[in-house]
Amino acid sequence: MGQEILRDLTFRIEPQSFQFLTGPSGAGKTSLLKMLFLSLKPTRGLITLFGQDTSTLNGDGLAALRRRIGIVFQDFRLLDHMTTYENVTLPFRIMGREEDTYRREVIELLQWVGLGHRMWALPPVLSGGEKQRAAIARAVIAQPHLLLADEPTGNVDPSLGRRLLHLFMELNKSGTSIVIATHDIALMDQFDARRLVLHDGRLHLYD
Amino acid sequence: MARARKAQERQTAHEQTHAPSAPLPRIESPIVPHQSIGGRALVAVVAIMTYLASLTTGAVMLVRANAAEWQTEILREVTIQIRPGPGRDLDAGVRAAVEIARSFDGISEVRPYTKEESARLLEPWLGSGLAVDDLPVPRVIVVKLASGGTLDVASLRKMLTDKVQGASLDDHRGWIDRMRAMADFVVLGGILVLALVIAATILSVSFATSGAMAANRPVIEVLHFIGARHRYIAGQFQRHFLWLGLKGGAIGGIAAILTFALIAPVEALIRGSAGAEQFAALFGSITMGFAGYVVVVLQVVLIAAVASEASRHTVNRVIASI
Repeated sequence: MGQEILRDLTFRIEPQSFQFLTGPSGAGKTSLLKMLFLSLKPTRGLITLFGQDTSTLNGDGLAALRRRIGIVFQDFRLLDHMTTYENVTLPFRIMGREEDTYRREVIELLQWVGLGHRMWALPPVLSGGEKQRAAIARAVIAQPHLLLADEPTGNVDPSLGRRLLHLFMELNKSGTSIVIATHDIALMDQFDARRLVLHDGRLHLYD
Repeated sequence: MARARKAQERQTAHEQTHAPSAPLPRIESPIVPHQSIGGRALVAVVAIMTYLASLTTGAVMLVRANAAEWQTEILREVTIQIRPGPGRDLDAGVRAAVEIARSFDGISEVRPYTKEESARLLEPWLGSGLAVDDLPVPRVIVVKLASGGTLDVASLRKMLTDKVQGASLDDHRGWIDRMRAMADFVVLGGILVLALVIAATILSVSFATSGAMAANRPVIEVLHFIGARHRYIAGQFQRHFLWLGLKGGAIGGIAAILTFALIAPVEALIRGSAGAEQFAALFGSITMGFAGYVVVVLQVVLIAAVASEASRHTVNRVIASI
């Protein structure tokens, strides 16, 4: 067995709650996020998501849970052969929804995150900040019950960072639980929210 | 204040979206990227392997069909020979043999070869202007069997040898047995080669598909993380690779059909040469026939299905490794 990255973690993310997940580099923030979006299984312990023990679910059950979670990856993970618009529509596409039922919604969101003029652009020609916003738009478009964001403001200027934080706050008000993993103290200071601080593999909660 | 600003921004966005001149974006890209180096290489591999497999199949079917045709043709006739001997009247012997043969059921035609025709048969070996009377050349009677009728070969043979001096009957049994053995051997060898070619095709197409899939790992990961069902992801790739397989297979299959179609004109060009005549005698006309086309189409479908199945396997492997 390899090195134990996280241990003795017990916490609960309440419905409609907002929290920052922070801690020094290498503290295990990304690993914890990966466990929350079911990409990593804990070697021991239990993860219950939306009332379901994740260890008992099959592939389809896990996929159904993932559809209730929005994820913003640190490295964006946009598909290079699709336009910004198409990347953002992906969560609807995999649900089998008709484009006419969500086109307006996607366009509005892209306008709102400042990508209205980049809807036809392919990710390789987007700047880091634009990619970041496209990744956030894709994560929030289907109004997930839980949003997990790994350094979502890492590539944008403070003004846009504030705007994105407002987007998360709006989403939170509409019922989504938010977990933002970040190093950005300034960002955390802008919003009085619960802080989950990882240090030496353990979690400290500051409500 | 912020809320008002946001509302204003949303309104502006809405107006921009619905402005008459603003073209609306549309989903045009497939989930699996169509143009990729790996995909093009896969089409090439599938095309080449389908071409080779189809040529092998065509060749095996051709030999099998012609072997069956030779056998049928030979089975449809027997030959009576009257050998010359001291004091024998060959013409009388031929007449008697013809009478006997005609008295049997199951015979459609009895045709004695004249002296001149017998001489013509010997021309390739002894040259033209042959004086047949000076040579002890046996006379030949070709007996064609009626289709569907059965000839009592043993009785005919017995009656001929009893009543006509120097007469013998050849039902080509020895030839047929040797030809059947040879044809069986050639067809068996062909089937073995075909099995190896198809096995090589399946392996190379599987590996080429896995190679082409490597570039698609990010697509699989993203779809997986945003909650796509495994069946959905696998379905996207299976459809894409089935299409690539069919495309490559069609190229290879059509090329093989064209190759077979071109053999006839090429054969016509070289006709007259000794090699061409032997070739025509052995193989008749080189065509694939309906069964050949069906087999080529089946091969294309099989190879495309292999590519599709290999992509599904790779998707499952990638998802398991995430």
